Amino acid sequence: MASLTDLTVAQLGATLAKKEASAVEVADAHLKKLEEHRALNAFITETPEKARAMAEASDARRAKGEAGLLEGIPLAIKDLFCTDGVQTTAGSHILEGFVPPYESTVTTNLWKAGAVMVGKTNLDEFAMGSSNMTSHFGGVENPWKRRGDNRKLVPGGSSGGSAAAVAAYMVPGSTGTDTGGSIRQPASFCGIVGLKPTYGRCSRWGVVAFASSLDQPGPFARTVEDSALLLQAMAGHDPKDSTSAPLAVPDFAAAARNPDIKGLKVGIPEEYRVDGTSPEIVALWSTGMEMLKAAGAQTVEVSLPHTKYALPAYYIVAPAECSSNLARYDGVRFGLRVPGKDLAEMYQNTRGAGFGKEVRRRILIGTYVLSAGYYDAYYKKAQQIRSLIARDFRQAFEKCDVLLTPTAPTAAFAAGDKMDDPVTMYLNDMFTIPASMAGLPGISVPAGLDKDGLPLGLQLIGRAFDEETMLRAAAALEKAAAFGARPAGY
Amino acid sequence: MSLDKDTVARIARLARLKVPDEELAPLAGELSGIFAWIEQLNEVDTRNVEPLSSVSDVSLPQRADKVTDGGIAAKVLANAPGGAVYIDTADKNAGGFFTVPKVVE
Repeated sequence: MASLTDLTVAQLGATLAKKEASAVEVADAHLKKLEEHRALNAFITETPEKARAMAEASDARRAKGEAGLLEGIPLAIKDLFCTDGVQTTAGSHILEGFVPPYESTVTTNLWKAGAVMVGKTNLDEFAMGSSNMTSHFGGVENPWKRRGDNRKLVPGGSSGGSAAAVAAYMVPGSTGTDTGGSIRQPASFCGIVGLKPTYGRCSRWGVVAFASSLDQPGPFARTVEDSALLLQAMAGHDPKDSTSAPLAVPDFAAAARNPDIKGLKVGIPEEYRVDGTSPEIVALWSTGMEMLKAAGAQTVEVSLPHTKYALPAYYIVAPAECSSNLARYDGVRFGLRVPGKDLAEMYQNTRGAGFGKEVRRRILIGTYVLSAGYYDAYYKKAQQIRSLIARDFRQAFEKCDVLLTPTAPTAAFAAGDKMDDPVTMYLNDMFTIPASMAGLPGISVPAGLDKDGLPLGLQLIGRAFDEETMLRAAAALEKAAAFGARPAGY
Repeated sequence: MSLDKDTVARIARLARLKVPDEELAPLAGELSGIFAWIEQLNEVDTRNVEPLSSVSDVSLPQRADKVTDGGIAAKVLANAPGGAVYIDTADKNAGGFFTVPKVVE
């Protein structure tokens, strides 16, 4: 029998159902991996005792014949989801030691489905970053390395710990959040599947807010089917999030098990052919088109004319919302407090000491674009561009059912690279941000290795609330690409 | 668009964010670079384009005007960094206060 930690979510579910292993044994096997690979720094908080208690309760439920969709499946949770009684830091010094007295809706849904939490994963501070280097708790190491080169690579960000944990077989699945690419880009860098659902599919309640009109929770897993299973459990209407869609949750797993794409129209947006993209990624993109065609789909050239403006517009919208959301960290109700001679100085000292460099930078950008006299020139302009981006996608989807693009312009880069100029780092998200601005679902599927042996992902973008078609296409791509590679030593 | 040190200091004050003096000039340079890159948005004609503030088509739902939660003052105050003051220490859920530095002399 294969080692328990090699199994996918679906395989573990079958193993547990056949009573070939107990949830406690499954949890212990994965907790051992957490210990073994602690050097990756994928976790901020490990919760072995909680995991064992949850696994025992899971075994008891199964004995009573009450198994849920994810009964006994060990998961890692991005440390942006509030977990009742377990420290939740958002990767920031300002929330270090914060123990929420409540549980986020998404994690509540996962525990109701029977899943077991093994720990809280590392992330860029407040989910702001594309490398995981902005975490107060240190960067995360990508389990993948270039062949013959021992330099540490970043796992991508912001959900870097969640992606690395799945890629290193510490867990079969994890949660992330995606504001501009924070699930899809790390999935591409780590050779796994990452799914950003349609905005409104998963509740944001209890997820530490970054940019509320963009933030969306979603899963990481090693297969498309697993990502669908996790989404199935995470999604659903929640009256506590006013932007949560009042829609029934479709059978995502069934869609992912049906890679039949005969007659599917796959749009290829010409504006995604941009300078600076690695030639290997351009080649892989063409291979992806051929694979989908061979599976019976037809490709259609489409145009998304405002693509290049999505990124600069995002860097107005996201910081504006971040500066408003992060106003709550004032040293009064929770988190860090640094004393001052009066209230104003206490606020300033607390926020100056509590936030890291990238977060401070974005608060300043946001405060500036929202300050008196600049609103129309920046924020309103960006929201208008956002309308045009959404319109581009609507028009493209009149001609096709899904879009196929690269996920990121490069493979994983070395820790410390791209750190000198913030704009260079921001460019890493150029293929993921447009769909975020339009609220559309996207999935990154590992599709090949580059010449250095690093994984590369391709992205499929679907219509709003049509994750099912996107999952079918993703399953077809996964089947054709037959990725199957794993990082050496894991 | 170019930002100078004084502008950065002014925004930092607005954001209640202490920024050490020596960081003001480098920040002004970085932010100017970001805003120069953002300038390209001016190439786009956005006259008569409605701003998109939400991607969800649904209108915001309203719920019944009823109390659905409460009586959890102890939980609300549990993480107070300056400590909390309770109305009744024997029943922390009866209510209490966050504490801040003295505001009025």
